[in-house]
Amino acid sequence: MTTDPVLEVRDLVTTFPAESGRAAVVDGISLRIAPREVLALVGESGCGKSVTALSILRLVPKPGRVESGRITLAGRDVRALPVSEMRAVRGAVAAMIFQEPMTSLNPVQAVGAQVVEAIRLHEKVSAAAARARCVELFGRVGIPDADARFESYPHQLSGGLKQRVMIAMALSMQPKLLIADEPTTALDVTIQAQILDLLREIRDRFGTAILLISHNLGVVNELADRIAVMYAGQVAEEGTREDLLANPRHPYTQRLLASIPSRTRRGEPLAEIPGVVPSPGEWPAGCRFTTRCHRAFEPCAENVPCATQISDTHRAYCHAVAREEEGAT
Amino acid sequence: MIAYAVRRLAYGFLVVLGVLGLLFALFFVYAQPVDMARRAVGEKASPEVLALWIHQHGYDRPKLEQLRDHYRKMLTFDFGRSDLDDVPIARRLREGAGPSLSFTVPAFAIGLLLAIQLSLFVAYFRETYIDRTILLVAVLEMSVSILLYIIGGQYVIGKILCWFPISGFAPDPALIPRFIAMPVLIYALAGVGGDVRFYRTVFVEETNRDYVRTARAKGAGDVRVMVRHVLRNSLIPILTNVVMAIPFLFMGALLIESFFGIPGLGAVTVDAVQANDFSTLRVMVYITALLFTVFQVVTDFTYTLADPRVRLE
Amino acid sequence: MEAHVVSNTVVVGLVAGVLYTARVVRRSRFWSDAIRELGRRRPIALAAIAFYVALGLADSVAWLDRGAEGIAAHTPRSLVDRLFPADFQERSYSAPLAFEEFYGGAGLRFPGQHWLGTDILGRDVLHMALKGARVALLLGGLTSLIVIPLALLFGMSAGYFGGRIDDAVFFAISTLSSIPTLLLLIALIVALGRGPVQVCFAMGVTGWVSFARVIRGETLKLRELDYVAAARALGASEARILLRHILPNLMHLVVITFVLLFSGMVLTEAVLAFLGIGLDGSWGQMIDQARDELARDPIIFWNLAAASVALFGLILSVNFVGDAIRDILDPRTVRENV
Repeated sequence: MTTDPVLEVRDLVTTFPAESGRAAVVDGISLRIAPREVLALVGESGCGKSVTALSILRLVPKPGRVESGRITLAGRDVRALPVSEMRAVRGAVAAMIFQEPMTSLNPVQAVGAQVVEAIRLHEKVSAAAARARCVELFGRVGIPDADARFESYPHQLSGGLKQRVMIAMALSMQPKLLIADEPTTALDVTIQAQILDLLREIRDRFGTAILLISHNLGVVNELADRIAVMYAGQVAEEGTREDLLANPRHPYTQRLLASIPSRTRRGEPLAEIPGVVPSPGEWPAGCRFTTRCHRAFEPCAENVPCATQISDTHRAYCHAVAREEEGAT
Repeated sequence: MIAYAVRRLAYGFLVVLGVLGLLFALFFVYAQPVDMARRAVGEKASPEVLALWIHQHGYDRPKLEQLRDHYRKMLTFDFGRSDLDDVPIARRLREGAGPSLSFTVPAFAIGLLLAIQLSLFVAYFRETYIDRTILLVAVLEMSVSILLYIIGGQYVIGKILCWFPISGFAPDPALIPRFIAMPVLIYALAGVGGDVRFYRTVFVEETNRDYVRTARAKGAGDVRVMVRHVLRNSLIPILTNVVMAIPFLFMGALLIESFFGIPGLGAVTVDAVQANDFSTLRVMVYITALLFTVFQVVTDFTYTLADPRVRLE
Repeated sequence: MEAHVVSNTVVVGLVAGVLYTARVVRRSRFWSDAIRELGRRRPIALAAIAFYVALGLADSVAWLDRGAEGIAAHTPRSLVDRLFPADFQERSYSAPLAFEEFYGGAGLRFPGQHWLGTDILGRDVLHMALKGARVALLLGGLTSLIVIPLALLFGMSAGYFGGRIDDAVFFAISTLSSIPTLLLLIALIVALGRGPVQVCFAMGVTGWVSFARVIRGETLKLRELDYVAAARALGASEARILLRHILPNLMHLVVITFVLLFSGMVLTEAVLAFLGIGLDGSWGQMIDQARDELARDPIIFWNLAAASVALFGLILSVNFVGDAIRDILDPRTVRENV
């Protein structure tokens, strides 16, 4: 990988106020996305995936805040940008689509006007030109009857169409990075597949890098080049799609994979992960998965695991994996 | 939509009939004409004079006839003369509406703009010390009696600082601003506390919605987000407040008009209260209820402009 | 029966009622938790309200002096009155803690004893301000006696039975709320005549409307809940469902709405006092009587200040406590409806 990454996140810490002081909801995340690459951030709800995504655009809702770390987006140091330049980045360099297309569009504005707003916030074009571009975008993201839809209000569109509008809005400035936060979770299964196809097509046609956030390994399998598994605010395991899906090493990844139904293991009972993700502030001192891990042994509760490099592209943060690898060499 | 309007207006008409019924029960059935006569012609008037007054004003006719007369006159806007000084009430209304409006309209507009701007500001800084300080000030402000605002305003601005006349009114349009400046200020300030609290709740609720995050994600600035998205989406509660306040603007503000000597409908009402002038009070209550009912229907229609999701059925 | 005897009896009744309520509250987890939380969040405002209530009650307990002569033999004096000397009166204005009259400088009967001065008739301002607490509480108490039962009766039956009853109640609510509150109040008081009972009745009639609307809306929601259906399936009578299952779930709204109404009522009374149709001895009346005195030279400010501060203190405490109660008991419903 010689090209400069579109996004590089190093040691990101984002905190929210808790009972005692501030709790790090995202605690030392590092990510790298190259152009044209789809990186999937996977984990259970509450593991800090969405907050990571919002941190990249400096959209963490108050009273949360990014505490430390370095975010480089297309060569810009995001945390050091003045507010006005940050606004110019949002929507133009990196755009975002959200989980709930139902509520993510402004209910009292026609959808066309919302896309036009996204264009004219960044570019001095006439209303007519922006409109033409919006209609073209609508066509490109597969909204039928694009011209008529321009005047529609969100409540007149189906969930799938609304998500397409969101995607059209995100694509309006041809961003280098598209952050898709659970883009298909709220949609019907058939629509889900269409939206995933659309995202893949966008990557192929425009070379847009995508940060895909999902709890659904099926979705991730469809689209991702590389996968980072998050647990309790930290990355547990990271690697290419093949690395992780064919050869998962971290006990959490293994359990996560075992808990999805698959054709090859038909008839076997589905595994489930006992317990729930502990809430921020109640995390164990060492490895955060200790409390739910079936392979935990004595260093786990005390010491934070370091990265164990399994291959060039594949690494895990686990004492058990580290011991295995040491034994192998 | 037309069917809806007709239905709403029909119900509104029923409500107005109900108001008239209530007025009749209060002023014609419960209240004693002798007392009214005594207050009008004097405490020591002879029984003959009282009887004559009652007869002249028609309070000795059978109740049913009075009821019919009450409804007919009110519904045809034949307001008759004041029981007190025989001035036609319709003339009082015409003469009073102008001064009332000339003071309440600017006062209401200033108060509203102030409250909305302040609460947008506070909603943006929600849960910070700015927010908490302004909310605290708003509670303090709401806890002070309007009487104190008036008396204090007259004393500090009118007597010590001598910025504006303490009271009075001139029909000359050039002089009106000087006379209404202080009442406008007091009217606007006295209501700001409660309004800020109300609008803040509305705005904060909107600020937490997903579409606001979308707007920020596409690069909209804070001011644009608050005004174009949050404010625009909060129009329904704002419109409700504004449109429903309009009928009361005609009435003026009872206390302020009377304190500051503005010859508006509020002052007319205060005079009527102090003189027990039922005939004038009856008309005042009727007119405001009528306006209120009409504007209620208007409010419903403004909703369809504010929010495309609203359907009137 | 003489007025002070009635008043004393009412105080005894009130204290008994409070003790009984306290017992009920202590048994209920919900209410005792809410009260503890309230005490934690608003200790000062609660203490202030307790002070006002104690003052009001103390001013309601009165008795005649044995062995007094003349007018005093027929004028019962309350606990608050007894804090001051009998016949604590000057001829005219005295400044706070002054030793001579404000105008003219004639000697005072009680030099240096009028902490807050006296008014134009020589009455002690502190004494009057303290007595205002009873009037404010009387207003709130008497009105709530009218408002709460009316609102519960009409709001619950409209929400629960629906149909014709709902239509009728809804019509009454629409009719009353189409008249501006202050104007309706004025019309009622002017027609009914002046006096504490009339004023409280008029306040009750106007306050009833918004209250009943809240109760109606909430009852509509409660009616649809499973446990009500379950009770009905078990054969509970309508009356039993309303009293046992709906009413207890409305009590928090009753408390919140009442507290919010209270400060509005006391402030409105001040406006009525200006119109000359308020309650005798209220702070509003004191303010009204003092309003021209700022125009005197040198100015008389102490009676205006005393009444305003007393009024402000009560309203502010009630507003603070009201906000906290609303946040603790029900952060949403009330805001939507009131």
